[in-house]
Amino acid sequence: MIPAPFDYHRPDTVEAAVKLMADLGDSARVIAGGHSLIPLMKMRMTDIAHLVDLQKIGALKGIAIDGDTVTIGAMTTQQELIGNAALAGAAPIIREAALQIADPQVRYVGTIGGNVANGDPGNDMPGLMQCLDATYHLQGPDGAREIKARDFYEAAYFTARADDEILTAISFQAPAGGQAYVKQKRKTGDYATAAASVIIAKSDGNCSAASIAMTNLSDTPVWCEAAGQALAGSPLGEADVENAVRAMLAVINPQDDNKGPAEFKRHTAAVILRRAIERAASRA
Amino acid sequence: MGKMHIKLTVNGKPVELLAEPRELLIHVLREELSITGPHIGCETTHCGACTVDMDGRSVKSCTVFAAQADGANVTTIEGLGTPDGLHVLQTMFKEHHGLQCGFCTPGMITRAYRFLQENPDPTEEEVRFGMSGNLCRCTGYQNIVKAILAAAAELNAVKEAAQ
Amino acid sequence: MNEMTPPKTERTAALKGLGSARKRVEDARFTQGKGNYVDDIKLPGMLFGDFVRSPYAHARIKSIDAEKAKALPGVIAVLTAADLAPLKLHWMPTLAGDVQMVLADGKVLFQGQEVAFVVAENRYIAADAVELVEVDYEELPVVVDPFKAEAPDAPVLREDLAGKSEGAHGPRRHHNHIFTWEQGDRDATEKVLASADVVAEEMVYYHRTHPCPLETCGCVASMDKVNGKLTVWGTFQAPHAVRTVASLISGIAEHNIRIISPDIGGGFGNKVGVYPGYICSIVASIVTGVPVKWVEDRMENLMATAFARDYWMKGKISATKDGRITGLWCHVTADHGAFDACADPTKFPAGFFNICTGSYDIPVAYLAVDGVYTNKAPGGVAYRCSFRVTEAAYFIERMIEVLAIRLGMDSAELRAKNFIRKDQFPYHSALGWEYDSGDYHTAWDKALKAVDYEGLRREQAQRLEDFKAGKTRKLIGIGLTHFTEIVGAGPVKNCDILGLGMFDSCEIRIHPTGSAIARLGTISQGQGHATTFAQILASEIGIPADDITVEEGDTDTAPYGLGTYGSRSTPVAGAATAMAGRKIRAKAQMIAAYLLEVHDDDVEWDIDRFAVKGAPERFKTMKEIAFAAYNQAIPGIEPGLEAVSYYDPPNMTYPFGAYICVMEIDVDTGEHEIRQFYALDDCGTRINPMIIEGQVHGGATEGYAIAMGQEIAYDEMGNVKTATLMDFFLPTAWETPHYTTDFTVTPSPHHPIGAKGVGESPNVGSVPAFSNAVHDAFRAFGLTQTHMPHDHWRIWRTAHELGLHG
Repeated sequence: MIPAPFDYHRPDTVEAAVKLMADLGDSARVIAGGHSLIPLMKMRMTDIAHLVDLQKIGALKGIAIDGDTVTIGAMTTQQELIGNAALAGAAPIIREAALQIADPQVRYVGTIGGNVANGDPGNDMPGLMQCLDATYHLQGPDGAREIKARDFYEAAYFTARADDEILTAISFQAPAGGQAYVKQKRKTGDYATAAASVIIAKSDGNCSAASIAMTNLSDTPVWCEAAGQALAGSPLGEADVENAVRAMLAVINPQDDNKGPAEFKRHTAAVILRRAIERAASRA
Repeated sequence: MGKMHIKLTVNGKPVELLAEPRELLIHVLREELSITGPHIGCETTHCGACTVDMDGRSVKSCTVFAAQADGANVTTIEGLGTPDGLHVLQTMFKEHHGLQCGFCTPGMITRAYRFLQENPDPTEEEVRFGMSGNLCRCTGYQNIVKAILAAAAELNAVKEAAQ
Repeated sequence: MNEMTPPKTERTAALKGLGSARKRVEDARFTQGKGNYVDDIKLPGMLFGDFVRSPYAHARIKSIDAEKAKALPGVIAVLTAADLAPLKLHWMPTLAGDVQMVLADGKVLFQGQEVAFVVAENRYIAADAVELVEVDYEELPVVVDPFKAEAPDAPVLREDLAGKSEGAHGPRRHHNHIFTWEQGDRDATEKVLASADVVAEEMVYYHRTHPCPLETCGCVASMDKVNGKLTVWGTFQAPHAVRTVASLISGIAEHNIRIISPDIGGGFGNKVGVYPGYICSIVASIVTGVPVKWVEDRMENLMATAFARDYWMKGKISATKDGRITGLWCHVTADHGAFDACADPTKFPAGFFNICTGSYDIPVAYLAVDGVYTNKAPGGVAYRCSFRVTEAAYFIERMIEVLAIRLGMDSAELRAKNFIRKDQFPYHSALGWEYDSGDYHTAWDKALKAVDYEGLRREQAQRLEDFKAGKTRKLIGIGLTHFTEIVGAGPVKNCDILGLGMFDSCEIRIHPTGSAIARLGTISQGQGHATTFAQILASEIGIPADDITVEEGDTDTAPYGLGTYGSRSTPVAGAATAMAGRKIRAKAQMIAAYLLEVHDDDVEWDIDRFAVKGAPERFKTMKEIAFAAYNQAIPGIEPGLEAVSYYDPPNMTYPFGAYICVMEIDVDTGEHEIRQFYALDDCGTRINPMIIEGQVHGGATEGYAIAMGQEIAYDEMGNVKTATLMDFFLPTAWETPHYTTDFTVTPSPHHPIGAKGVGESPNVGSVPAFSNAVHDAFRAFGLTQTHMPHDHWRIWRTAHELGLHG
């Protein structure tokens, strides 16, 4: 498995990177950790003439928590997410999810930006970012713009990011309530057979608000608005949970693959969601 | 798409070489620098046989371009101990029969080296989770886990004695 | 005149001989990154070869255009079948009496098949050139289902065999049929089945998988045109056999070929066969005059070299009402892929599958195996097993469970009731084997007691009640296995590969100062031969194991041997080692007697020395004897102290074991948790308990993977769906269960030291234990048989079909 030749660029500012992307055109790709991209390149499933490596851009790194606002630089690694105590306090679901991504070596290198930006429906962070209602910060030749994670994903590997735009950061409001990321996978290093991100806020014993997103059950992550609404205002009884599950099943569209037939995945998605709701509620 | 000038520190020694950007770090180490401890097993970041320590992180060198590694400080199994001064992990892998064919061993020990720095007193479960980026086809891991726990105990004993 | 003699226990311990948990001598280099594997070899001027492979499972090749590839700077040559044909090397013989294309000759028969071989200055240029070779294919209808292969209108896969109604193993009845192999007494078996109280019938499938050692296959071929010598370093489990085959097919005299197996990163059967990469590298080196390296990548490894299993086993087992087994019938449809490249002894086209009566005293049995061609990769290798023994053990251990269900009996009791009794050994099985020794009841009782079998059954029953009451969604399965292996091929009278008798060999040289080197025809791939063979020898010749170098894998220096696979190293080469040691000792006895000035018969062996009978204070140590052998003129005795032994075993050995797996199964997600795995092995005399335990851990982990998720799967177009380690399941430390090991010792009566071999037992025994646990969890709901691998969705499907999802 040998990649085809390419030219390599290592800009040290976002502006330089954006300019490079604009100058180099279609055949240029940004590389963060590269642990999704490099295997594809080694199998010669992509055609890339220029790689723009973001590793030297300090502005893309780090986790900042300002009041309730959490901002994570795109080049922050999974390992850094796992090890950040303040983040674990503000949004423990990120650590819970990051620990279930790939394996230790990959987590040292894999970044949150790469995970959310490349549009792979198997990645764990996109669904989680939708659950958190995160905002993606993009920078392109025409300047900076923001887009909601919930509006970002169009199809497998197709997102609202233009080819010459770079994801610089992700921000969200630290959620109130209990959170859970539950993932079923075949083994270490695997993508989810089904995974659910759930945040549940409670007041007076009832669910006051809920957000639910599912991973690897469609060609994009699926934020299930109706499923969250089914829980909001309810006492989280069995019937309420089943309403949420039904609402979730109505919007996912899993396909047959090596992990199993679609019917199995639908069943598993329901089981995983029930468990995630239970776990989040118990933490609320 | 010519070759680029790449500077690395490998096992404490500065190294300069010319490489195509696409050359993988594992090939640079093995072919250019004749450091053949790290091995190629799967080429898709699953097996960990190519694990090296890069800037204080365990990485799979089959999935790092030489160009990305430019400027990095790399430690391989060859840099962990000497024949006269083995690293405790090297001793414990032998002592507890933590290897058979030896092909995964350099990556396994190099990963364990970083793991124990981050978690010097791990439980068995933590060892298994921390080592889950490295595949072994021979040992069934039980003796690898035992060797790492024994190395941790030994390192801690040495540390305590020093204090 | 002699120093104080230390006590016997001390002298024995100093040898680190049989039974010692000696630390491995191999580990110093491996732990320091100083192993020497094939891909570590770098020779001046070395080129690199890479394959153009077929994207199609069945297609005609209309043309191959390599001009663009050849024009790429750094490309030296592109070989196709047309280039190999004048040398008659475009096809090669397989180990199973068939022939196989080296490079596609007119058509391709499986996805990943070798079409052209690019030779370039380095692996990057070679890979670029592979992309530039243009092959024009015309797709043909694909056959992936072995049961459809023999349909009257099935496409003809092997056009080269057109009109040949006789194959290497008898008549062929269809253009995609390879052989029929029959054993046992058909009429008698069918008669017993027809009148039996109870007959259980089931189709048991052992799916296609792959040995997948962490190091893939590869070689470096170096033709020295000046002196006419060809040297090939490669991942060879049988270096001498490779030399002979290479000589026969290349025409290069055998003395001009040197095969070297350096360190091997695991084999498990993957590295027994001869692959196109080896042939192409040799040809490329001959053509270019410089060394050529070829190392396959993981996808190539999984797609093209050496699958294992793929046996559809239809079984019928009969018994009396009270559970006494009366007969066994089996028909196998064996999917061999595009070429029959099974690594079996020549006369055994289905290997030793006729061990499928297992550990049981079954009066009458019949077996027929039909091999067929499909559009899949060739192979059929013994993946950590002795030639289809894994399939046989899985078959019988499933049939026992199925029978227990039919009888309404506990399967532990059914097993105990039908075991071959200790006093029946040597036991002649209905399918033709002579089991050397065994004590199954003792092992079985020990195993059941160790896990508190009855307590487990009580807990399982309670869990079932809780499940039915809606208190839990997890079931408990208890997987039992008692396996009997047949290893150590084998007696030359009935075991050969390509006409080469399956003996093995050891040559020993004692140095004047009393240390030694032993060379063997086997080759370690992690088994620790350098450690254990020295232990055998230490006990035989009284020289400490630490003073004995063991060397393998170089055909210029090692005596001829058939290599390491099929658990044959300890039974055959281990025996050769002991026998060569005894020759050394016999000569040492004469030297000692001369030195002590007594008759040969008046000295006796005492751990590390010969002493005068009745006068133990008068002795000569092996060290003294060795020195004398080189510096004293002893009348009637040649100088020196060397011996060689070629050992042809009188029989196979029959290791056995009792494995028990306790598993929790989540019926909603299909996930599982191995709560306990107990492995009792009886491999006869135990050479090194530490290494035995390591072998059991490793083999059981392979078995875990196979049973619970590992497979080579194809879609209906013949595309491999599991060609990377993302989808081909190899468990990490996180998924792998914890093992408890145990043992009994029933020595082999015919092996010089009583050892039977253990490397493969845990793969053979653990797969049925894991699989039976899954089946057992659902037994109460009426499941009798479902197919491996038991990955999440298949377990879920089982639960679903049994109505457990409401």
